[in-house]
Amino acid sequence: MNPVYSPPHPDTTEGSDDAEGLALRRLCIRLAGKVLVDLDAHIAPGRILTIMGPSGSGKSTLLSVIIGTTAPAFTVSGRIVLDGTDISHLPPQKRRVGILFQDDMLFPHLSIGANLAFGLPPAVRGRSARRERVVRALADIGLEGFENRDPATLSGGQRARVALMRMLLAEPRALLLDEPFSGLDAALRDHIRELVFSRARERRLPVLLVTHDEADARAAAGDRIELAHTD
Amino acid sequence: MGRPFWSRPVTPRHEDRSPFRYAPLVMLGVMFVPVMAGLAGTMLPAIGYFPALGGDSISPGPIMDLLRWPGFWRASALSVTTGVGVTILSLAIVILFTAAWQGTRLFSAAERLLSPLLSVPHAAAAFGVAFLLAPSGWMTRVISPWATSWTTPPDVLIPQDPWGLTMMAGLVAKEVPFLLLMTIAALGQTESVKSRVIAQSLGYGRTWAWMTVVLPRVYEQIRLPVYAVLAYAMSVVDVAIILGPNAPATLSAQVVSWMSDPDLALRFRASAGAAAQLGLVGVTLILWRMAELSVGCVARRWAYRGRRMQRDRPLRVGALVAAAMPIAAVLVGLLSLAVWSLAGFWSWPDVLPSSFTGTTWLRHASDLRDPILETVRIGLLAVGVSLVLTIVTLEAEQRFNLNLTTRRLGLLYAPLLVPQVAFLVGLQTLALESGLDAGMAAVTVAHIVFVLPYVFLSMAGPYRAWDDRYATIATAMGSGSQRTLWRIRLPMLLGPLLVAAAIGFAVSVGQYLPTLLVGAGRVQTLTTEAVALASGGDRRVIGVYALSQTLAAAVPFMVAIALPRFVWRHRRGLQHR
Repeated sequence: MNPVYSPPHPDTTEGSDDAEGLALRRLCIRLAGKVLVDLDAHIAPGRILTIMGPSGSGKSTLLSVIIGTTAPAFTVSGRIVLDGTDISHLPPQKRRVGILFQDDMLFPHLSIGANLAFGLPPAVRGRSARRERVVRALADIGLEGFENRDPATLSGGQRARVALMRMLLAEPRALLLDEPFSGLDAALRDHIRELVFSRARERRLPVLLVTHDEADARAAAGDRIELAHTD
Repeated sequence: MGRPFWSRPVTPRHEDRSPFRYAPLVMLGVMFVPVMAGLAGTMLPAIGYFPALGGDSISPGPIMDLLRWPGFWRASALSVTTGVGVTILSLAIVILFTAAWQGTRLFSAAERLLSPLLSVPHAAAAFGVAFLLAPSGWMTRVISPWATSWTTPPDVLIPQDPWGLTMMAGLVAKEVPFLLLMTIAALGQTESVKSRVIAQSLGYGRTWAWMTVVLPRVYEQIRLPVYAVLAYAMSVVDVAIILGPNAPATLSAQVVSWMSDPDLALRFRASAGAAAQLGLVGVTLILWRMAELSVGCVARRWAYRGRRMQRDRPLRVGALVAAAMPIAAVLVGLLSLAVWSLAGFWSWPDVLPSSFTGTTWLRHASDLRDPILETVRIGLLAVGVSLVLTIVTLEAEQRFNLNLTTRRLGLLYAPLLVPQVAFLVGLQTLALESGLDAGMAAVTVAHIVFVLPYVFLSMAGPYRAWDDRYATIATAMGSGSQRTLWRIRLPMLLGPLLVAAAIGFAVSVGQYLPTLLVGAGRVQTLTTEAVALASGGDRRVIGVYALSQTLAAAVPFMVAIALPRFVWRHRRGLQHR
């Protein structure tokens, strides 16, 4: 059924700025009738929106809704608009929303090169063309010659960089970060955080950062939303 | 006027109409249709209806005929005593051993022995036990003549003693590893260690602590496997032919000999016997359930008294001995099969043959070829179909969030609770009635009924435990669910996949009754050939066949363990699973 009627809503600043970036319009997630998350927000290209809240406040559920993998127990209403397109009803693999988890989630059975190639769109055709892109991507993150390495032999920082690059190769148009730095030790954390944020800015990606680390939020230097504890 | 657009669910609905949604139903159908059809094919002749043999009216004739058979009551009693005896003994050994030793290094060592022990086919284990316990077997050889002063083997009827005691011993040796594996799986789902430690800190001895606080929860989980053991032990045929009494035989073994009698009129009596076996198992299961309730009641009263039972050292040693005996029986039994298959001249009471020779193997090498090929063909087909059904079902469960939880898991065990003879007799009758040739394909279908539950049960855990975020990551990078399945999920699950296949193959290799009855005696596998040798008593040949049967079941296990290690030798992240 197509929308025939759009009610005015005071919180909604729907308009021309939704044509760029990631907009969450009147997004409301309920579990068994209870409201878990109620959000209306817009993230401009290259900007970072930080969402903070205690565990159990629905942060991960919010991310799964944007990715498109929501468990059926949740009822979701509202719209998710990416660069002017409503992606709310697209299957997850067509949304072009990238995600980084706390764990790097490198596929343990694939070499570093094959992990990156998995992210590379099929439009890059031909073995040598794909290989060349992988080699360039590795050089870009300072890991020249790592194509055939086993992911398990890399350090935490190296793995984090590969995970970031793998996701960027898939050419996402928005970026979700699910506490991606909390698994790293303090010295590394600042470095990787800076790397992720700067890459996102370069590519003008809207970023949604979910964290409970105050330092992450400060470094993001963008808007901030606190989710309440709902139990 | 519909609902406003923003209240439409955001979850994508594109996969709702996929036919894969019905995969779980298809899987259950593949297991249940043969069982149900077979039961019908057994029941109708049991009440006189069997047009192909001239029975076209319903009559109590076959049942009366069965009751007039002089061995009926004794055969039925044997079925109950062996079944209940085997179940109580195996369960007691498993419970005592787990209670006394869980969490020790010894327990982990026993755990590692489980898979090889489980892969040993029942028939081979039974032959091994026979070779140990027979009057001229290894037991008496080791202690004679110095301890017994026997100069010839004692004249006692072992195996095949009229009370079925040797048969029970052989079955316990195989059911203990099975129940132990199920118990270990159940322990993972209960906070067993924490609970036991709390009880111990309150002053309870280790064994009693486990039995009062962990066992009630564990038993809930292993109840269906226990029922399966009871149903199986009451109606087993191959072990009964090898180790069981002869005059009369157990009810199921007698039914099978009526089924292979050239006098087709005996098919009516056989069907009635199979139906009686089904009723017997049903009634015994109900009584077992009632016994469970009263044992639970008594145990709660004991627990209420608060006795600490702190001095359980003797009990723990006893539990160890009790658990070691069946394990040793299977392993030493296999060794004696090997020694006999290679034995030259071997006089009693020498412990070892005076010479070893490969003659027996060489002489039977060409006879072994066809049964081996048939065993492998049926096994591969049954495992292939089972694996596909299992993966499609688990994948559907994942994609459509179908919940196949404990309640429906009971359905998976249902074919294992029906005595094999009760529906396999009917399947042969149906084949005869419809004029279809019961060949290898029909045998494979019957094997799948038994292979599928084991493949599913062994695959489900690792499949569901797989970290979903890998799929999320892949999907977020634009990978469809098909690509994620083939490129990410299945390769990562290679190890569990091969283990499930190996378990399924071992189950198929061990099947005697489905091969014999559904194949109408014309499909010859290593198992049917080995069991057929039982009456002949040539130990060297039995050794060759029983050992070949064991190898056929064990080799896939070795492959399942070695292959992932080889394939992923450069992938450390996948090596310790």
